[in-house]
Amino acid sequence: MVRESSIMKIHYYTGIAAIVLVAIHIMFRLTVPDGYSASLEYENVIANYKNVSYALVLELILVTVAVHGFNGLRVILLELRQGDAWESAVKWLCVGGAVAVIAYGTRTIILAGMM
Amino acid sequence: MKRVRIRVFRYNPAHDSSARYDEFEVEAERWTTVLDALLYIKAHRDHSIALRYSCRMASCGSCGMMINGIPRLACYTKVYELESDVITCRPLANFPIIRDLAADFGAFFAKHKSMKPYIINDSVDSIDGKEFIQKPEEVDKYLQFSYCIKCGLCYAACPTVATDKRFPGPQALAQMYRYLIDSRDAATDERLKVVDDRHGVWRCHFAGSCSMVCPKGVDPALGIQLLRAYLLGMNRGSKVVAELYSNKK
Repeated sequence: MVRESSIMKIHYYTGIAAIVLVAIHIMFRLTVPDGYSASLEYENVIANYKNVSYALVLELILVTVAVHGFNGLRVILLELRQGDAWESAVKWLCVGGAVAVIAYGTRTIILAGMM
Repeated sequence: MKRVRIRVFRYNPAHDSSARYDEFEVEAERWTTVLDALLYIKAHRDHSIALRYSCRMASCGSCGMMINGIPRLACYTKVYELESDVITCRPLANFPIIRDLAADFGAFFAKHKSMKPYIINDSVDSIDGKEFIQKPEEVDKYLQFSYCIKCGLCYAACPTVATDKRFPGPQALAQMYRYLIDSRDAATDERLKVVDDRHGVWRCHFAGSCSMVCPKGVDPALGIQLLRAYLLGMNRGSKVVAELYSNKK
């Protein structure tokens, strides 16, 4: 069984990593030559996904935010109610939720990169 | 001297379907404590009020109760300092009620006991003629936490205890840190396993209310954060288990 301290280390590291990665993501939106609005146009967004380095940043944002967010949800739900059945259900719901979000987001990143 | 109205929470789970407040007017001097007022009421107005007290000098930690919504020791709270003509006394929050102002400390003490609040060191068995030497700075690491009188005020103030019944609470976690960081204790890994749990030290929200209400100046919130830091490996080097030195000449 994974120790709670190991889970919380992952929680803190993913939180810090998400801040850095999202900051990079926002900076890319703000520093493009044609301005913020142009960076959100369809062709430019798709071009981002075709850039492997940038797609990797988006994938890392997806993973860090999903892991951090679902662990946060787990912590909230553990405090809401206690009981072995509830806690086991919460654990697997959050693990399943994180895996599902990461899988769906990864699929989107890959498909957009292939367009 | 001033007259104040004391509202006393009344509830006997064995007989009453709901709680009520009984009100009493008493005269208070500048030095009158809430416990003095309650004992006056008990002696002269209604002897059936249940409350727990012993030392009357903030040493035993028995007379903790919610006084005007804040966990305080009744013997350590003067009527005048409350600056109110109405004083409401309730049993401590987060504790089951035995009767009236008397709360059940069973779960609280069980959590304290689960932290193994004693020195664990195999070499203590062979202590004959020997003693541990501690530097003043090693004593400083745990000294403030050893002032805890187990009054339960921090436990009553803790928002995590209010929602998570398996959370050990600030008192127990601070005591865990007190023994963990004591250089005479050698059971570091054994201790960390107890609190490194999904309902353990990580569930503290760091509201800090535990430290605000402690009548002895202990800072349980600090102890919890230091315990977390220790689990994260941030201050592990700060503890070196002491060796026994012979004092025989």
